[in-house]
Amino acid sequence: MTVLRRSLRAFGDFWWDFLIGDSPEFVLATGVIIALAFLLDEGRLVATIVLPLVAAAFLLGSTYRGRKRAARPAAQEEAPASRVSPPTP
Amino acid sequence: MALAWPLDTMHTTSTLILILAVFGASSVEMVEALTIVVAAGVSRGWRSALEGAATAVVVLALLVGFIGVPLIHYVPIDTLRVVVGALLLVLGLAWLRKAILRASGHKAPHDEDRIYAETVAELSGDASGGAGRDGGGGGVAGGGKSRDGVAFAVAFKGVFLEGTEVVLIVVSLGASQGRLGLAALSAGAAAVVVAGVGVLVARQLSEVPENTIKTVVGVMLTSFGVFWVGEGAGVRWPGSDLAILGLVGFFVLVTLAATAWMRSLLPVPESVPSSVPSS
Repeated sequence: MTVLRRSLRAFGDFWWDFLIGDSPEFVLATGVIIALAFLLDEGRLVATIVLPLVAAAFLLGSTYRGRKRAARPAAQEEAPASRVSPPTP
Repeated sequence: MALAWPLDTMHTTSTLILILAVFGASSVEMVEALTIVVAAGVSRGWRSALEGAATAVVVLALLVGFIGVPLIHYVPIDTLRVVVGALLLVLGLAWLRKAILRASGHKAPHDEDRIYAETVAELSGDASGGAGRDGGGGGVAGGGKSRDGVAFAVAFKGVFLEGTEVVLIVVSLGASQGRLGLAALSAGAAAVVVAGVGVLVARQLSEVPENTIKTVVGVMLTSFGVFWVGEGAGVRWPGSDLAILGLVGFFVLVTLAATAWMRSLLPVPESVPSSVPSS
């Protein structure tokens, strides 16, 4: 039971880190892009221009926001301890 | 079959980008994994470290088979493309963001030397005081023939965690284009190349231009992401698969512009100039 719980937690942690992590705005970006893709599926040219632009806008905004976060000590973000330490018994 | 080379240019283009994206992403992740495996091998013994790494590779390969094959056969292609595109977008944008922050000096570059040194120090300390932490199967640190549970676990965890993103990329790109075998082969080739170079130089690969590779792969993943989300939603791209090249070009320009912009936002140092701040 403990093993199952730990595995589920690790699985959940992985997806949280993967989808949210330190840039939750990309999940929002993806949602917006998917919604726009379905809304604009008839307007071929508009969609092919709008979708990359929206992705680029979110990238620029998130990077700009990330610059402030990066000004804090970076050691925590890159700390290898979690990768090094073996699984707890 | 999935490995057959398509003849028309459009499919050749997307196949080529698929190979490059998977190979690049796998190389980056494998370099990081290799650093941990080498550190575990040097400080605790090679046998257990290599066994741990090999076990992780087998588990990852099984994951590709168990997740990827059913995806191709049972999920409608348009649904698959939207989901895959979404995953690639999240992953690609996150990689690009990190690469831009590093290239512009706002974030310290990934330092394999530091990670290696810290891992060795931590494992060496563990060897003297914490051997046998795995509850009896631990063996003696660096000891000849007995298995070292800590080295095994650390190597397994390092390869597995770094490899999980590779599995996602392989399954996503492979399944959405119906070329899972080719994607898995590209990832395998990257692992072999990185491991081969690692054996030759017998140390961590700190000289690999990781941020450049990450930038290129980030551009490709983002391009594929936008493309597949659009395709899955019914958008018809001009030039079909060739539109991926246009998207790649667009995101290269965006990345270059963003890097230059972010660089211009760096505070000017008053005394000693430094391109990369320590924090």
